[in-house]
Amino acid sequence: MIRLEPRKQHSEAMIYLTPVLALVLTMITGMIIFAFLGKDPLVALYTYFVLPLSTTYGLTELVVKATPLVMIGIGLAMGFRANVWNIGAEGQFTMGALAGGGLALAFHDSENALLLPTMIVFGALGGMAWAAIPAWLKTRFNANEILTSLMLTYVALLFLSYLVHGPWRDPAGYNFPESRIFPDAGTMPTLVEGSRMHFGAILALLAVVGGWLILAKALIGFQLRVVGVAPVAARYVGFKEKRLIWFVLLLGGGLAGVAGVSEVSGPIGQLIPTISPGYGFTAIIVAFLGRLHPVGVLFAGLVMALTYLGGETAQIEIGLPAAVAGIFQGIILFFLLACDVLNLYRIRIGWRVRHGGAA
Amino acid sequence: MDIFVQIVLTVITASTPLLFAASGELITEKSGVLNLGVEGMMLIGAITGFAVAISTGSATLAIFAAAIAGAAAAFIFGFLTLSLLANQVATGLALTIFGVGISALVGAAFVGVALEPLPKLAIPGISTLPVIGPIVFGQDIMVYGSFVLIAAIYWFLKHSHWGLVVRAVGESHDSAHALGYPVIAIRYMATIFGGAMCGLGGAYLSLAYTPMWAENMTAGRGWIALALVVFATWRPGRLLLGAYMFGGITILQLHAQGAGINVPSQFMSMLPYLATILVLVLISRDKVRIRLNAPNCIGQAFRPAH
Amino acid sequence: MDAAPSHRTDNTQSGTPLLELSNITKEFPGCLANDQISFRIMPGEVHALLGENGAGKSTLVKIIYGVLKADEGRIAWLGKDVSIAGPSSARHMGIGMVFQHFSLFDSLTVLENIALAATDERDRTKLRDKVLEVSHSYGLPLDPDRHVHSLSVGERQRIEIVRCLLQNPKLLILDEPTSVLTPQEVERLFETLRQLAAEGCAILYISHKLEEVKALCETATILRGGKVVADCDPRVETARSMAEMMIGEKLQAPNRAGRDGESIHRLVVSHLSLQSEDQFGTDLDDVSFSVSSGEILGIAGIAGNGQTELMAVLTGESVVPDNMDAIVIDEQPIAHKGPKTRRSLGAAFVPEERNGHGAVPSMPLTENALLTAFRRMGLVRRGIIDGGKTRDFAEDIISQFDVRTSGSGSDAGSLSGGNLQKFVVGREIIQRPNVLVICQPTWGVDAGAASAIHQALLDLAANGAAVLVISQDLDEIFAICDRVAVISEGRLSDTRGIKSVTVDEIGLLMGGLHDLAGSDGTGQDAPALAEAGHD
Repeated sequence: MIRLEPRKQHSEAMIYLTPVLALVLTMITGMIIFAFLGKDPLVALYTYFVLPLSTTYGLTELVVKATPLVMIGIGLAMGFRANVWNIGAEGQFTMGALAGGGLALAFHDSENALLLPTMIVFGALGGMAWAAIPAWLKTRFNANEILTSLMLTYVALLFLSYLVHGPWRDPAGYNFPESRIFPDAGTMPTLVEGSRMHFGAILALLAVVGGWLILAKALIGFQLRVVGVAPVAARYVGFKEKRLIWFVLLLGGGLAGVAGVSEVSGPIGQLIPTISPGYGFTAIIVAFLGRLHPVGVLFAGLVMALTYLGGETAQIEIGLPAAVAGIFQGIILFFLLACDVLNLYRIRIGWRVRHGGAA
Repeated sequence: MDIFVQIVLTVITASTPLLFAASGELITEKSGVLNLGVEGMMLIGAITGFAVAISTGSATLAIFAAAIAGAAAAFIFGFLTLSLLANQVATGLALTIFGVGISALVGAAFVGVALEPLPKLAIPGISTLPVIGPIVFGQDIMVYGSFVLIAAIYWFLKHSHWGLVVRAVGESHDSAHALGYPVIAIRYMATIFGGAMCGLGGAYLSLAYTPMWAENMTAGRGWIALALVVFATWRPGRLLLGAYMFGGITILQLHAQGAGINVPSQFMSMLPYLATILVLVLISRDKVRIRLNAPNCIGQAFRPAH
Repeated sequence: MDAAPSHRTDNTQSGTPLLELSNITKEFPGCLANDQISFRIMPGEVHALLGENGAGKSTLVKIIYGVLKADEGRIAWLGKDVSIAGPSSARHMGIGMVFQHFSLFDSLTVLENIALAATDERDRTKLRDKVLEVSHSYGLPLDPDRHVHSLSVGERQRIEIVRCLLQNPKLLILDEPTSVLTPQEVERLFETLRQLAAEGCAILYISHKLEEVKALCETATILRGGKVVADCDPRVETARSMAEMMIGEKLQAPNRAGRDGESIHRLVVSHLSLQSEDQFGTDLDDVSFSVSSGEILGIAGIAGNGQTELMAVLTGESVVPDNMDAIVIDEQPIAHKGPKTRRSLGAAFVPEERNGHGAVPSMPLTENALLTAFRRMGLVRRGIIDGGKTRDFAEDIISQFDVRTSGSGSDAGSLSGGNLQKFVVGREIIQRPNVLVICQPTWGVDAGAASAIHQALLDLAANGAAVLVISQDLDEIFAICDRVAVISEGRLSDTRGIKSVTVDEIGLLMGGLHDLAGSDGTGQDAPALAEAGHD
C-alpha cells in the first residue's frame, strides 16, 4: 500500500529532479513501445533521440521546432501560474499567422524593410485579439476559458482553411489550397546559412528573459502567482483578478500570435491549410515540463522539439509511425504529473500493522 | 416527409455519441472529479471499437471493448489524480493528448478500411410504419442504450442510495469521509464509469455515425460534451435536451449545405463550436445557479487526514 | 455479545466498562497528539474530556470513532478488545458522534443527510417516519425536506444528533457541541443529553468550558499536552481547580497601559446593509458602529451570523457601490473602494483564516510579508520588487514578534498555527496602522501565542490606533476590549462598555433578542421573546 506523507516544506531538489525522472521513465516506456512495434528498442531509441542531433542541420532543425514551442510555452506557463487555463494557443497561433501573413499577402510585391516588423506586430495583435474573446467571456460572463479558448481554436483552423481554399488562394497556384509565397521583405531572416533556423529563435529567447523578469522580479508576476495559489488572499490584498486574467491571456495570445507569424514567415513562407503540427497543444506540455518557469520552458521546449524531430527521423530511418511523437508527449506529461507528487509528499510504501485483535 | 424522417434519423445518430460521453462525465463530475480527458477517451474508444469490429467481425465485442478501453484510460487518470493527487486539469489535458497519439498510432493500420455500420434493430411490421417506424423502432442497439443510460442515471442520482452517496462525495468529501464513506474508491468508480461511457460515445462514431477510422475523428465532440454538462447544470434531463440540441446543430450544418445555401462550408462547420461558446456564456453568467448546482468539491484533490 | 448492565451505574466503577482505553498513543509528524492515554466510560455515564485547544481531545475521539488509527494502545468495548476499522464499524458497535465542524452536506435535504448516515434504513418513507418520531421524543424539531443550507447552526446540530440517535447508540460523543450555540440553546441541548443518559446511553462530552462540564458531567478526564493529567468529579471540583489542571501554568494577564491624548473616530460604519455574495451567507442589515483612536471594540457573536460578510466589507473584498458613506476611515468615505484605497489610508486587516487568506501557505515568509506591505513599506519600486528590503522586513516581523521558524525563506505553511498567526498579526502591526480590523485573533492558537497577540493589540491601541476585534471567544472579548457589540443574523446590537455588561446579557443578544438586552427595552420586547421561546 502506498501512503503519502506531506512534507512541511516543499522539496527544492525534487523540483529539478522530477522532470528528469519523468524523462527517464518516458524513455523506458518508449523502449517498451518500440519493442511492441517490432523494432529493436536500443536502435529505435538511438534513432529517435540521438541521431537527429548528430548533424548541424539536425541541431538547427531542433531550434526551428523549439522556437514556437518556447514562445507559446512562456505565455501559457504564466497563465497556468495564475490558474488561467488557456488551452487555445493553437487558435491564437493560427490567428497570429493569419494577421501577419495577411499583411504579407496584401503587400506581396513590397520590398519595404518595415514589412516584417509590422507583420510581427500584426501577428501579436491577431493572437491577442483571439485570446481577448475568452478573456472577455470569462471576466464578463464567468464562462470557462478552457472550453471557450478550445472552441475558438476549431473556429480559427476552419477560418484558415476557408481563406486558403478561397479568397487568399494563390491565383497562379493551379487551384492548390495555398497562398502566394511571401515576399522576401516579409520573410524571417535565417540565422545559419543553409538552415531554416530563423530570427524567431531570438524572439523566443527574448520571451524567456522577459517572462523570467515578470515572474521573478515584477509585482505583476507576484500577483499572478498569488492569484493562482490563493485567490482568496489575492482578493484580500486587493489584487484585481479580472485585470490579471486579461493580462495573462493577452500576453499568452500575443506570444502565440508572434509564434504563428514567425512560423509562416519563416520555415513555411506562405499560408497553407496546416501550419502547425499541434504546437499550441504541445506547448501545454512544454509549460508543465518546464515547471511553469521560463528557463525551464526553454529546456522543455528543446526536449519536446526533439520528440517531433525524432519522430520524423524514426519515420524515415526505421519506419516508425509518426503518431509515436504524440504518445511520447502524452506519456511525458503523465509521468511528470505523477512524479510531481514527490514535491509535496514523501512516499511511504508498506502495510500498516493494525493494533488489537479481530473486531 | 421522407426528408423529415431523414433529418430526425441523422440528428439521432449525431446526438448519441454526445449523450454517452456527457452522461459519463456527468457522473464523474457529480462525484467531484473533473476529467477533461473526454476527447482522448472518446478517441481511444473509437479506435478500439473499430479495430475489434474489423478483426473479430462482432459489433457486440467491439462495443464492450470500447467501453473497457475508455474505462482503462479513465483509470490512468484516476490513479494520477486520486491516488497521486495530480492536478486534475493538467492530467485531463495529458489524457487527451495521449488519446490523440495512441489512437493515431493504432489507427494507422485502419485508415481507409470500410466497416458495415451497426445494424438497426428492425422489428418486423412495426419498423416499416411511416415516420414513427424508422424513428422509434428502427434504431441500432446503442441508440436505445443511450436512452436507457440517461434514464438509469436519472434514477440513480435521484432515488438510489449509492447515487446519494456519489452526490454527497462531490458535495463535501470531508463530510463523506467523516461518515465513513470511501471517498477515493467512489471517485475511482465514478471516473471509470465516465471513461467507459466516453469509450462508448467514441465507438458510436466509428461504428455507426461514420463507420470508418480517421485520425482525430471526434473533432472536438469530447469538449462539447464537457460543455454540455455545464449547460445541463449537472441534471440528466437537461443533458438529454442539450445533446439533441447539439446533434441538431451538427446536422443543420450538413443539410444547409445540401439545400444549396450559399455559405462556405467552413463557416457552417464552425456552428457547433460557436453554439457551444454561446451556450456556455448563457449558462455561466448566472453564477448563483452554477454554484447551487455544481458539485461543491469539483476538481479538488482529496487526501484523508492521516 | 455481553448485555450492557441495565441499571444506572454510579461512580463506584463497578461492572464492565462500556469503553476502556489503555495507553492510547498517536503521533503526527512533529507532534505527539496523544501520549499513553487511558480512561474508562461506564454505561449511562456522562463523561467529560476536558482540555485546551491542542490538548489532543479531537485526536482521541477520532481514534475512538475510527476516523484515525492509534499508533499504540488498546481499546476495549464491553470488556472485549476491539479494532475499530472505521466510522461505520464504530456505528455498528453503537458509537455515535456529533462533530465540532458538522459533517453535513449543504445542498442536500435534512432527510438525505440522515439517510447518508443511517445505513440500515434504505426506505426513505420509513426513515422519514423514524426521523419525525425521534425528533419529537427528544425535543429536537426538524423538517426533513428542508435543504441544510437554509438552516441555522443550532438546527444543523440537531440533524447530527438525530442522525446518531436513530442508531440507538450506547455511547454518544459530542465534540465541542456548544461552541456554536447560544446559552439558551445550550440549556436545551443539556436537557436532551440528560434524558439520553437517563435511558442508559453513555455520553462523552468534549469541551474546554468548565461551567458546562460542571453542570452536565459526572466524571471528567483532563488532558494537557496529549497526556491525562487528572481524573476527577467535576461536581465537587471548582471551575478554578479544574482550570489549573487544564492550563498548568498561570498565564500573564494582558497589561493594559493607560491611554492619553484626545480620541477621534477613526473607523465609522453607519447604516451598512449588504446582501451576502454567498448563497448560503448572511445579509448585513443596517449595521452601525464606530471605533475611536486608542480603543478596542469587540464584536461578539456566534459563527455564521454575518461576521464573514462584515469582515469582507471592511477589508474591501466586497464593496458597497451605492453608499460610499457607509464606511468612513479617518473621515474618508471608502465603502465603494477596494482594499488598496483602504490600506493607503492606513487601515490594516487580519482575516480569520490564516491559510490561503491572510497568508499563502506555499510561499515563503518573505513573499508573505510582501503580500500586504508592499505599498506602505515601499517594497516595490516601479513595478519591480526590492528583494533585499522585503527580506529585511520579513526578518523584522520574525524577530519582533518572536516567530519560531528556520528563517524568512521557510514556507508559511511549515509554521505552526500560533507562529503563523503571530507573523500575520505582526506584519499588519509593524505597518503602524491607524485602524486594525482583526477577526478571531487567537483561533486555534496556543496559549502563549494568544497572550502575545493580545498584548500586541493592546499596545497598538495604546499608541493611538483604533482596533476592531471580531471574535466568538467571549473570554477574549472581556479580556482585551473596551466596548462590545453583538452581531446576530446580520444585525448589530448597540455598543456597550465592557464593564457595564454581563455574560448573560451578551448571551441573550447572541441569541438574536436585540431589544430585550438593550438598554432601552420597551413593550415591543414581548413578541420577540415569545417568538424565540416558541421555537
